[in-house]
Amino acid sequence: MNSKLVSDRNQSSTAFAAGRLRRVLHHPLSRPLGALAVLLLIDFFMIPGFFRIEMKDGHLYGSVIDIVNRAAPLMLAALGMTLVIATRGIDISVGAVVAISGTIAAMLIGGTMVVNNGVPEYVSNIPMGWALAAALGVALLCGAWNGLLVATLGLQPIIATLILMVAGRGLAQLLTDGQIITVYYKPFFYLGSGYLWGLPFSLFIVAGMFVVLALLMRKTALGLFIQSVGINPVASRLAGIRTAALIFFVYIFCSLCAGLAGLMISANIKSADANNAGLLLELDAILAVTLGGTSLAGGKFSLVGSVIGALIIQALTYTIYSLGVPPEVNMVVKSVVVFLVCLSQSPEFRRLRLFKPAGSGN
Amino acid sequence: MSNATSERSATTPAGGAEPALELIGIHKSFTGVKALSDVGLRLYPGEVHTLMGQNGAGKSTLIKVLTGVYTPDDGHILLRGRAISPGSTLEAQQLGISTVYQEVNLCPNLTVAENIFIGRYPRKWGGVGPIDWATMQRRATKLLARLDLHIDVQKPLSVYPLAIQQMVAISRAVSVSASVLILDEPTSSLDEAEVQLLFKVLRSLRDEGMAILFVTHFLDQTYEISDRITVLRNGVREGEYAASELSRLDLVNKMVGVPVDATAAGEALADNADITPAANDGEVFLEARALGRKGALAPQDFDLRAGEVFGLCGLLGSGRTETARLLFGADKADSGEISIKGKPVKFTTPRDAIAAGIGFCSEDRKKEGAILDLSVRENIILALQARNGLLHVIPRKRQQQIAADYVKWLGIKTADIETPIGLLSGGNQQKALLARWLATDPHMLILDEPTRGIDVRAKQEIMDYVMALCRKGMSILFISSEIPEVLRCSDRMLVLRDRHGCGEYLRGELDDASVLQVIAGENVGEAA
Repeated sequence: MNSKLVSDRNQSSTAFAAGRLRRVLHHPLSRPLGALAVLLLIDFFMIPGFFRIEMKDGHLYGSVIDIVNRAAPLMLAALGMTLVIATRGIDISVGAVVAISGTIAAMLIGGTMVVNNGVPEYVSNIPMGWALAAALGVALLCGAWNGLLVATLGLQPIIATLILMVAGRGLAQLLTDGQIITVYYKPFFYLGSGYLWGLPFSLFIVAGMFVVLALLMRKTALGLFIQSVGINPVASRLAGIRTAALIFFVYIFCSLCAGLAGLMISANIKSADANNAGLLLELDAILAVTLGGTSLAGGKFSLVGSVIGALIIQALTYTIYSLGVPPEVNMVVKSVVVFLVCLSQSPEFRRLRLFKPAGSGN
Repeated sequence: MSNATSERSATTPAGGAEPALELIGIHKSFTGVKALSDVGLRLYPGEVHTLMGQNGAGKSTLIKVLTGVYTPDDGHILLRGRAISPGSTLEAQQLGISTVYQEVNLCPNLTVAENIFIGRYPRKWGGVGPIDWATMQRRATKLLARLDLHIDVQKPLSVYPLAIQQMVAISRAVSVSASVLILDEPTSSLDEAEVQLLFKVLRSLRDEGMAILFVTHFLDQTYEISDRITVLRNGVREGEYAASELSRLDLVNKMVGVPVDATAAGEALADNADITPAANDGEVFLEARALGRKGALAPQDFDLRAGEVFGLCGLLGSGRTETARLLFGADKADSGEISIKGKPVKFTTPRDAIAAGIGFCSEDRKKEGAILDLSVRENIILALQARNGLLHVIPRKRQQQIAADYVKWLGIKTADIETPIGLLSGGNQQKALLARWLATDPHMLILDEPTRGIDVRAKQEIMDYVMALCRKGMSILFISSEIPEVLRCSDRMLVLRDRHGCGEYLRGELDDASVLQVIAGENVGEAA
């Protein structure tokens, strides 16, 4: 590789530039970024004023802001899912945890508007902080359950989390009697549709979670251990890594992310819909992780990649709706795009060398 | 090729029948490494033929060639005189070569009868109708009765013990009208009574004229069941013998042989021997009392002193690796105690052993050692980081320093410390894994086949480095299938046979010849 680069350099500077381009193209993030760029480019040409951002009432408005805002719950779920997938696992109970946490928060907050001396005031059933803590606490318990099944009892992750996927949503429906519970408590809505410094508040939650994770990866050996366990669990255990504890942790973390996403979704629709909240979110999260370049076989992972993957999915949805694609073909279009992106990541497909640059076949 | 033909007349069993299966001049290489070189094998109807050889002798490659998993580079396979070249296990099965593997690969949740007929259920209406359960059960019962096995074929397979499952697998194999039955280490997870049950079945199959190829590493079993023995060593056929004419000692001798590089590596190690201080002076670091685990090691006592090399000597499957795994907490001992520096300890995970200052270079580099996608640096600091814990991350600079130091000291050939370890050659991977344990500054290092599959130079570099550390007070538990290597390296050694300890010897008490007698279980001095 090195000698090849050197000889390229001797030939001409264009060849050198080509070599550099190839290295950029080989960067793991190049493909998800490329896919996102193509999508945005289509939007730029097809949707008038796509990139226009306006300031209204001190808030930023625009298509791009909208996409990012709506992608927030998915980005959170994808962050949690990334760690699970990196350990060779999978968590398909994410949507159920979203439903549970949203339901618990909504029920505990409830809320009524009281007009006091002509000033409307919002009163919650119990203090909002406690309600949120309870919702996240239950999410943590859900994660602990998954972790117990996978790490301690050694069940296959897809089966272990399937249990909660089914039971969790059932539990949420039981709590709400199958009804949609409406929340009347304004401070709660801030989580889903509030603005801070002109930007959607949900973005700060995602950014916060991302920063925490990035710090964990940088300041602790978590990233190294997770990759190591994902690549070779047997060797990792023999090297002294607490593989079971680590796997337990990633499931708890994934559920915590799902719980937070549940709060966001519930706050955004100002109610708890146990039937539909977060439905199939786990599949979008898995897709986001895959689009971001993390292999389902475990091992090396990319948090940034997963965030980009979530943005791709949301941008795609937005584009399809904006272009006026009929709802009937909506899913087909989405699946075709996803198929193309996944195809571009398949090593077998790349081996076909359809895009082989001219002159590199010595 | 000439080798194979010249020996043909030697040991033909009485009757002089045509071989059921004959291999002539089989060659097989993997990316330049010769796994089989001009190997021949003759398997006659009505015999149990045992294939013996050490680790890496080429037994499994040969079986895989026979069963169509691998295609030989050169050579012929003759089935009743007709050349065949099976392209898959299914094809081999259809030709009449059935294989039963060590791990029973049946479906435990299906019934015994279903397991026997899976994929070829008898059907009603001349083969096009629904499954004919009654016929299936009747035929299954009859097939098992042929093996003198009378069990309820309608019960799920999983309710029966492993030995019965094994026999169901055999029954399945013979029911596809096989003329050749290959048994790849069928006894390794069976207890003595179960082995006897299996052997009874094998004998009756043999008497019916089946040609049976039996692969095992248990000497006792070999002599109990075999009519003839073929020994492989380093991918070459050492010879084909009638079991009655080959003494145990000769057999072990032929399996072990004199390593090709005995002169080079051996002399270097002998040098080390002179420098190593007298063994008995060091304080006892580790004490094992009645340490054992069912199916792995019969309860065994031994000590490890500071600054000594303690060798475990025996054939493959004699309990060497099992002992190491017990000491490291990789497997749980079900009897006995371990104490470190006089204090009783309990190792339930490798983590506990690492905390006590023990390192373990496993024999299976790929499965149990290297984290292939991670860099050389990450692989080297992994155990140290794991011991430090999640939170006390080793600063990046320090990591690079440690990795660079060991790359230099051990002469690891790598483009960069950030290169994925999977891109390194086997010997260099092995050195990096050794570095992983040395970086933890262990009091005791378990080296399980540290030099397998790597070139002489790397081998010597590794041993030189480790011996130097040993002289500074580290204890080493040394395991190698190259017995002369164990003899030269060890200050003391424990000889193991069929998962039992059979004597502890000081350096010089055994030589290349007498150690084989102990291993073979022939009386020699106090070894009895």
